Amino acid sequence: MNTNTMKKEALKLAARPEFERELVDASSIGAAEIPLSVLQRLQNNTGFRRGAVLVALALIWQGYAMWLNNPLLFPTFSDSVTVMVSDFINGELLGRVMTSMKVLVIGYTIGVAVAAVLTTLAVSSRLGSDVLATLTAMFNPLPAIALLPLALIWFGLGMWSLVFVLVHGVLWAIALNTNSGFRSVPETLRMSGRNYGLTGVRYVVLILIPAAFPSILTGLKIGWAFAWRTLIAAELVFGVSSRSGGLGWYIFEAREELNTSSVFAGLLTVIIIGLLVESVLFRAIEVRTVQKWGMQR
Amino acid sequence: MTDKDDLVLDVSNVTLQYKTPQYLVTATYRVNLEVHQSDRFVLLGPSGCGKSTLLKAIGGFMEPVEGKITLHGRPVTKPGPDRMMVFQEFEQLMPWKSVLENVKFPMLASGRFKGRDAHDRALSAIDKVRLTKFTNVYPHMLSGGMKMRVAIARAMAMEPDILLMDEPFAALDALTRRKMQDELLALWEQVRFTMLFVTHSIEEAIVIGSRIMLLSPHPGRVRAELNSPGPHGDEAEISRLSKHIHDLLFGHELSAPRPAGVA
Repeated sequence: MNTNTMKKEALKLAARPEFERELVDASSIGAAEIPLSVLQRLQNNTGFRRGAVLVALALIWQGYAMWLNNPLLFPTFSDSVTVMVSDFINGELLGRVMTSMKVLVIGYTIGVAVAAVLTTLAVSSRLGSDVLATLTAMFNPLPAIALLPLALIWFGLGMWSLVFVLVHGVLWAIALNTNSGFRSVPETLRMSGRNYGLTGVRYVVLILIPAAFPSILTGLKIGWAFAWRTLIAAELVFGVSSRSGGLGWYIFEAREELNTSSVFAGLLTVIIIGLLVESVLFRAIEVRTVQKWGMQR
Repeated sequence: MTDKDDLVLDVSNVTLQYKTPQYLVTATYRVNLEVHQSDRFVLLGPSGCGKSTLLKAIGGFMEPVEGKITLHGRPVTKPGPDRMMVFQEFEQLMPWKSVLENVKFPMLASGRFKGRDAHDRALSAIDKVRLTKFTNVYPHMLSGGMKMRVAIARAMAMEPDILLMDEPFAALDALTRRKMQDELLALWEQVRFTMLFVTHSIEEAIVIGSRIMLLSPHPGRVRAELNSPGPHGDEAEISRLSKHIHDLLFGHELSAPRPAGVA
């Protein structure tokens, strides 16, 4: 009985007075929208913030190297940049970069093409999918550089050994990502495509590839990083053919001559090219595709 | 009645089965139905009555184990643009194509309409669903109802023999859903397309349908085929029909005594 009356009282809400009032004067706060100051806007700019980090790193490098004062062990940032710029101007570094890039482009292109064939087979038949799954499970964990001795036996000292190693580095990362991208294409989208009578290659090109593009792009980015890393490492082991070595060989030669600022110049070049491809080329592709389509923030 | 001439879709004695990892499921058992020119034919039934599976089979995505499906006398063997499908999921739009490109895509991909013709048809279909302002917008910037209107425009622009709609409004909120039903009917008034519409809502079936087929679950079998007065019908008649459908679908469950010990 007691609990019952308590419930009833709880249900009856206490009446509170209503009110209306004149608006408080808000003019002291100024306009409702005030443009941010230049500094505040700069702080919101990702490019500016990252640039600032780079500048800070360069300053730390410069300061530490000057304090250490041992150019043989740790040259200053300014020395390294000077060597890099002069070697670019006299054409040596540029030539090395071109040599490396040529091998890279050939290896990367072949890798992408083979990955395309393998994943197309994988989506069109169960056997193809089993073949791809087994091959990626076997070869993806195998470091590309470990295949270099074998490549040297098969192809000898030369560009094709490097290309072979590169293809291995690129292929599995791209195939793995593309395949998982294809698998995650929504069933409704697949049915829509087939509803229009699309089959075979047209179905893959017009429906699956664009639908899986975020994953494919991730694969291409990882593949690029693997390729670049593998190439420099392989070039450190041996030059390319005859006199024309790549960027890795440039670093190796500089070390032999104890020319430490050139070693740093080579490393800087490797880093800069890596940054450019990642943040300019791939970024541009992302903005024009997956971000525009709302498939990625 | 020139019954034979305006027959569009003929489903006769169709049994459909599919395999899950554990079971062989019979989705429909010996279903017969005829859809005529300009019919608004509704498949209505609770979940598990095989209505979506039946629509997939008509779409050509699966083959009946028994019976046959013919469209204008030709047997259905594979998916094709003469039976445009509109799905429930918003993912049916290609996110990498703008509204205009989405509507044009099936026309160009199937080669049914080309170039200028496809472009003009797409624009007129987009205009019909009142999305002209959003012609060059990408799907991720549209609301659910707008995405569904694009899907409907895309299907209509193809001028298919029959429009197959698989619970197209089920993912929309109640208010948008109501509005989309009216819009679909208005479009039908203009174009008089033939459609097969799947739903599990009795109310939607009565509003949308000119003829309603009731399916019973496990496996899906035909329970009844009824005429609907449509949205402009007399209210008493509509509520009578609604009750009748309710009784046909659930009546036996309610009247049957529950076995003891089963909750």
